Amino acid sequence: MSNLIHTRLEENFRASNPAQGPLSDFSARSWADFQTYGIPPVKHEEWKYARVSALFRDDLQLPISIPAVTAADIDAHRLPGHETATELVFINGHFVPSLSTIRHAETDLMIAPLSEAAAGADAAFIAANLGHSAAYHPDGIQALNGAFAGAGVFIRARRGKQIEQPVYIYLISDSRTGFIFSQPRSLVHVEAGAALQIAEHYITLGGQESFTNEVFELVAEQNALVDYYKIQHEGSTANHVGTTHIRQTGKCVTNAVTISLSGALVRNNLNMIMESEHGESHMYGLSLLNGKTLVDNHTIVDNVKPHCFSNELYKAIMDEESTGVFNGKIFVRKDAQKTNAYQSNKNILVGERSAANTKPQLEIFADDVKCSHGCTIGRLDEESLFYLRARGLSEQNARSLLLHAFAVDILDKIKWEPLRQHVDALISERLQFEI
Amino acid sequence: MLKIENLHAGIEEKEILKGINLEIKAGEVHAIMGPNGSGKSTLASVLAGRDQFEVTEGSVSFMGKDLLDMAPEERAREGMFLAFQYPVEIPGVSTTNFIKTAVNETRKHRGEEPLDAVSFLKLMKEKMKLVQIDQALLSRSLNEGFSGGEKKRNEIFQMAMLEPKLAILDETDSGLDIDALRIVANGVNQYRNSENAFLLVTHYQRLLDYIVPDYVHVLYNGRIVRSGTKELALELEAKGYDFIKNEVDAISQD
Ligand SMILES: Nc1ncnc2c1ncn2[C@@H]1O[C@H](COP(=O)(O)OP(=O)(O)OP(=O)(O)O)[C@@H](O)[C@H]1O
Ligand SMILES: [Mg+2]
Repeated sequence: MSNLIHTRLEENFRASNPAQGPLSDFSARSWADFQTYGIPPVKHEEWKYARVSALFRDDLQLPISIPAVTAADIDAHRLPGHETATELVFINGHFVPSLSTIRHAETDLMIAPLSEAAAGADAAFIAANLGHSAAYHPDGIQALNGAFAGAGVFIRARRGKQIEQPVYIYLISDSRTGFIFSQPRSLVHVEAGAALQIAEHYITLGGQESFTNEVFELVAEQNALVDYYKIQHEGSTANHVGTTHIRQTGKCVTNAVTISLSGALVRNNLNMIMESEHGESHMYGLSLLNGKTLVDNHTIVDNVKPHCFSNELYKAIMDEESTGVFNGKIFVRKDAQKTNAYQSNKNILVGERSAANTKPQLEIFADDVKCSHGCTIGRLDEESLFYLRARGLSEQNARSLLLHAFAVDILDKIKWEPLRQHVDALISERLQFEI
Repeated sequence: MLKIENLHAGIEEKEILKGINLEIKAGEVHAIMGPNGSGKSTLASVLAGRDQFEVTEGSVSFMGKDLLDMAPEERAREGMFLAFQYPVEIPGVSTTNFIKTAVNETRKHRGEEPLDAVSFLKLMKEKMKLVQIDQALLSRSLNEGFSGGEKKRNEIFQMAMLEPKLAILDETDSGLDIDALRIVANGVNQYRNSENAFLLVTHYQRLLDYIVPDYVHVLYNGRIVRSGTKELALELEAKGYDFIKNEVDAISQD
């Protein structure tokens, strides 16, 4: 990173973070961490595929003011079922209440700008939980987001509320005037016994490059049920680094599905922190890539307490010159006896110049656990292709049918039907099935 | 309908088919028998267009066109059907998933309108009855966890759906119980007419009791070494292949 960009970041930080206010300490600490760690260099083991340092170019524009985005600009990108969902809008990393529509009752869901919530009844919770993910990502990019956390959003699903309609979060980068840098931040509190579905949807307006550096943290309490969806389909000029950090502080069930369909450089960190006995977590990923897209999924399951179950299945199809990376860490701490942790990563290389890199990393310090991992990298099965063609299907249709079949078990993990259909349609369109 | 002349084919350096000659006319049923490894499935695969095998010599015409020039899907749409000896398992794809596309791509090729949902369902029902196959089986991932007999019955169901001109059944009788054999044979017999033809690859005379062939051929070591009528199958059943092998091996030593 050049001095120029560093100076501008610093100016930006000073301007956006007053010395007073509930989040000023957190921001200041994060800024100090950023100074200490710096942006991960290419030789950094965790960042050797996602070469994020190359994105901090001198033409990177920092969001000085929120641009004039209208509801109409967003209309083309709304997710199906939005009419009854809560829609939260971020523009260039800033949560914008005026463009957001809260359709849930105040008695079910509390939503507020993070800086406001931190001064209210949720202050203690926020102080205790904001930035919990930092310990898992001791790097400057994670810290840099923290320095700007004041622009984020806070969501609380109230105790015992079974909330049917989803919360859609649109994270919009307005790149109409240049290569824009956005740093959205969210903290979600799912109280005991509450059920909540959240989908994050990334949008770049305009055809220029964008770079989103996001941190999303969620705490799920006893008997909570959380379904989290991350949908990336921004186009080939969008860069993304995001951390989704889900913490189970009570026995509960959390599901996360990460769908990556396009982008330039995309890095998804997903952490599941199993801090309560008998917790259950599911992590699913599907990447369907083409062009020169690189998608790097890094997952962490940290088994702190005994008797937890986690299941992880990541699938990827790489066409053209795209690259898929999977790194799956499973930590089983000394006390976490009777842990059940499963991990599987499956890749199909379609493009002659596509690539897949996969690395399971299990660190187990308890002796009575069941952990398994497996990965495959291969091409489409020739026998199956021939079978379908021998029944009269064109080669194109046979391929697309087989690839869709490969993807479908991840699609089926999207339990919110309008969203599942939406993603299925995007995938089918990409696979060009025709009759 | 099908004319194979001096067909040589193999894989890498290995020649498997060493000069096959065979003509099948509309309305005929031919049976091919022969010891394991003689090249029966290879012949079927080459006819269906599996590009793993390289044709080194000879020609095949199908309905007056050069078969070897066509992609597998064109052959299928022209009316060639292969019931596989070992049908593949395809997780995530059910028969209902792809058979409609298969039927409609074939119809399109023939200049017919695609079937709408209602007529397609009607066709399915009719053919399901013909081979006594269950809807549940057709909705499951193709062949995954199917019993041997279920796989074979599913192949015949697809044949019935696609109404081919020439159906090659590669050991479709193997692994079928008596009742299933009768059902499959019945399906073939009902479908059999003066416009279409069958090539049955089998090891057992039993099948030929149900589907009476016009001709029986013995394939040995990549060649058809003997052709006859259904009595030849009875003779093979009684004597085994040794007498033919001995004859052929004696001649080739001369
Ligand atoms: N992919 C392959 N690679 C190498 N050899 C092969 C391949 N496929 C077939 N062969 C060989 O070609 C020969 C003929 O095989 P084929 O499957 O055609 O026999 P078959 O007559 O159908 O036998 P069966 O009665 O056992 O089904 C065998 O020796 C077999 O091992
Ligand atoms: Mg065979």
